[in-house]
Amino acid sequence: MKQDVILRVGVKTVFPFILMFALYVHFHGDYGPGGGFQAGVIIAAGIILYALVFGSAAAKRVAPVAVVERLVPAGVLIYVFGGIPGLFAGKRFLDYTVYAQDPLHGHEWGVFIVEGGVIVTVAATMIAIFYAFGDRARG
Amino acid sequence: MELAINAVLLTLLVAISLGIIRQRSLFGVVLLAGAYSFLIASILIVLDAVDVAMTEAAVGAGISTVVLLATLHLTGSMEYPKPRPAVLPLFVCAVTGVALIWGTWDLPGFGVAVAPIHQATVPEYLRVAEAHLIAPNVVTAVLADYRGYDTMGETTVVFTAGIGVMLLLRGRRKVGADAGLDAKPGAKT
Repeated sequence: MKQDVILRVGVKTVFPFILMFALYVHFHGDYGPGGGFQAGVIIAAGIILYALVFGSAAAKRVAPVAVVERLVPAGVLIYVFGGIPGLFAGKRFLDYTVYAQDPLHGHEWGVFIVEGGVIVTVAATMIAIFYAFGDRARG
Repeated sequence: MELAINAVLLTLLVAISLGIIRQRSLFGVVLLAGAYSFLIASILIVLDAVDVAMTEAAVGAGISTVVLLATLHLTGSMEYPKPRPAVLPLFVCAVTGVALIWGTWDLPGFGVAVAPIHQATVPEYLRVAEAHLIAPNVVTAVLADYRGYDTMGETTVVFTAGIGVMLLLRGRRKVGADAGLDAKPGAKT
């Protein structure tokens, strides 16, 4: 599909908006529908769309295999470490109110960090699975 | 209006399901399954479950369609003709289906306010979330706060699944290449 002008220009135009929308879904998860998981799969779908049109070599320049594979466990670690400050403050694991003076504000930060872990793991896992299938199909 | 939309969507779902059953070309089955996912996503939007609809559209229609197409590239895209008339499986399916439909008679009606889920868990979450001054989206509050450990477990499940797929797909190929067995899997079909 590398030669198709409409696809190339269309995907180039839409691609940043897909990523922006994913970040919006993540950042706005406190107020609107969605959260880390949804944002993660939207990012993955965007990268996969990019790979379908421009080829997986181009996609691997955007999201290198080594980085993606390290991000898969990194997301779980972000989630776990997001819960630890609560322990140091003498509260419970995953108590988010310690992130700021105002409990509600701290809570928003905590959810943001924890959902950030989810987004990283979900997006990286989906992309890694796609790369694994793609490489296998070509090899 | 909502009834009409639901009727159209559910009729299309049934049509697509029949199409998937009749279709012998797996390429067509994958495309129909993608359309099925988009329809389910539309139904979820009608049900006000926008977050689930987003997931279904991105994963069900997008990512899994692509992954299934990649799989077809590996395995060949025609289903084997069925060897003999399958009376016993048909019987088992029919009995199971009838039993499931029979079971739905005891469920509370769709959207009924006196259903157990609207009596016990949901009001409690809504009340507690309001008392704790938590963000307006109670779904996020349930996922990240009241069931924060569950979400951590889910993230670990996604991680484990991803690692498993990567090990299966990449590990074996390397062994095959070393032994000079890097023939395309399924090439003999």
